[in-house]
Amino acid sequence: MLSNVRTLWMVFLKMFKKKVTIQYPEKKAYLPPRWRGRIILSRDPDHNERCVACYLCAAACPVDCISLQATEDENGRRYPEFFRINFSRCIFCGLCEDACPTYAIQLTPDFEMGEYNRQNLVYEKEDLLIDGMGKYHGYSFYQQAGVAVGVKPKGGGEKEDPPVDVRTLLP
Amino acid sequence: MNEILVQILIIVGVLLGTVTIAAGLIYVERKMLAVWQQRSGPNRVGPFGIFQVLADMVKIFFKEDWIPPFVDKKVFIIAPTIIMLSILMSFSIVPFAPGIVIADLNIGLLFFLAMSSLGAYTIVLAGWASNNKYSLLGGMRGAAQMISYEVFMGLSLMGVVIQVGSFNMTDIVNAQKGLWFVVPQFVGFIIFLIAGVAETHRLPFDLPEAESELIAGFHSEYSGMKFGMFFVGEYLGITLVSCMITILFFGGWLGPSFLPPIVWFLIKMFAFILFFVLLRAALARPRYDQLMSFGWKLLLPLALLNVLITGAVVLSNA
Repeated sequence: MLSNVRTLWMVFLKMFKKKVTIQYPEKKAYLPPRWRGRIILSRDPDHNERCVACYLCAAACPVDCISLQATEDENGRRYPEFFRINFSRCIFCGLCEDACPTYAIQLTPDFEMGEYNRQNLVYEKEDLLIDGMGKYHGYSFYQQAGVAVGVKPKGGGEKEDPPVDVRTLLP
Repeated sequence: MNEILVQILIIVGVLLGTVTIAAGLIYVERKMLAVWQQRSGPNRVGPFGIFQVLADMVKIFFKEDWIPPFVDKKVFIIAPTIIMLSILMSFSIVPFAPGIVIADLNIGLLFFLAMSSLGAYTIVLAGWASNNKYSLLGGMRGAAQMISYEVFMGLSLMGVVIQVGSFNMTDIVNAQKGLWFVVPQFVGFIIFLIAGVAETHRLPFDLPEAESELIAGFHSEYSGMKFGMFFVGEYLGITLVSCMITILFFGGWLGPSFLPPIVWFLIKMFAFILFFVLLRAALARPRYDQLMSFGWKLLLPLALLNVLITGAVVLSNA
């Protein structure tokens, strides 16, 4: 009985405490940079697509919401012909970001993706591709990779020696 | 002729006033619950969300009024009107200020008790007519709860009646000019408060509609305006019990003269309405057997003891 009275008093005192509600559309809560929201495709510092269409994200996706088709340009550089994410299926688990070897696919702190038409939740490549580098600055996969696809000549990378000419006897 | 006109004005005023307050309580309850739970509550519709009342009303008017095919149709329709009617009838004996009373009955208090007992019918009939096991359980619980709490609700008021020597509400208020009855009748006040909460089946005594066990209890099958009647009836009940507490224990319209009597009455009434909301915000629902044993084993003897001691004191003073 007495504890009930105490409860009443303590709840009454809550009146003078600060409200915990954040008035959402006007004020927005802080979302950390690694928050798992809307998925984007980023570009490398040379403004080329980072995605090399390796299908690892599509393989990692537990709900199979990513679909893409690989193709090559005239230099042999791989890129996705189309890249489609069905956000009505996506569970924002971030496994695609973990799987990506080139930092191309990234999750962003944005969740305001409501649509009146369900079909609008299917994002194509032009919806996904952003102009910047996302969370990982300065990384370019083809600068590190051994193959020459028009980004750098073979052996022209930063930490790379020029290729050995196996036909000469000189040391 | 003029007297009749004034009387009609009072009737219309009381009817509109009480129903408006009851509807406004939708907003007050939501807002105050939010305040006590450190939330903001309704704040989208109009300044401070005050038009939430209108929005809720419009919504409930436009809801489909569905009568399930398996119900006892006549009783199903009649049940929600009983609570509204019986509580609105009770308001006729409430003196809001000197002269502002519809019927200054000499048995006003008995009339109130009789009318609040009629409220039990609405729960039983709604529960029975719904032809649904949860509704029936809720109805049975409601009936048992209201009947057992009615017993000492009446007894707790007898202390006041013994002190005043009248059932007339105006006499009761006038007898408190020196000292409000909350001081000499403190036990009676506590018992009446608890019984009043049980009588309006508000939290923590909302066992007839315990949503975690019985869906919505006796009004599970109701929708649209019929559900709205139960809703407004509940808020009218809170208003009525707050009015009765104000009149019986807190001196009704009496107060320092810098405010008109009706304002004093409303201030006190709203304080108790807010207390009802605070009860809802703070306390958990007891188990059904706890409710019953609390009523019969603790409150009934206390109420009887209160009557006995009050009677003895009044007799020895006489």
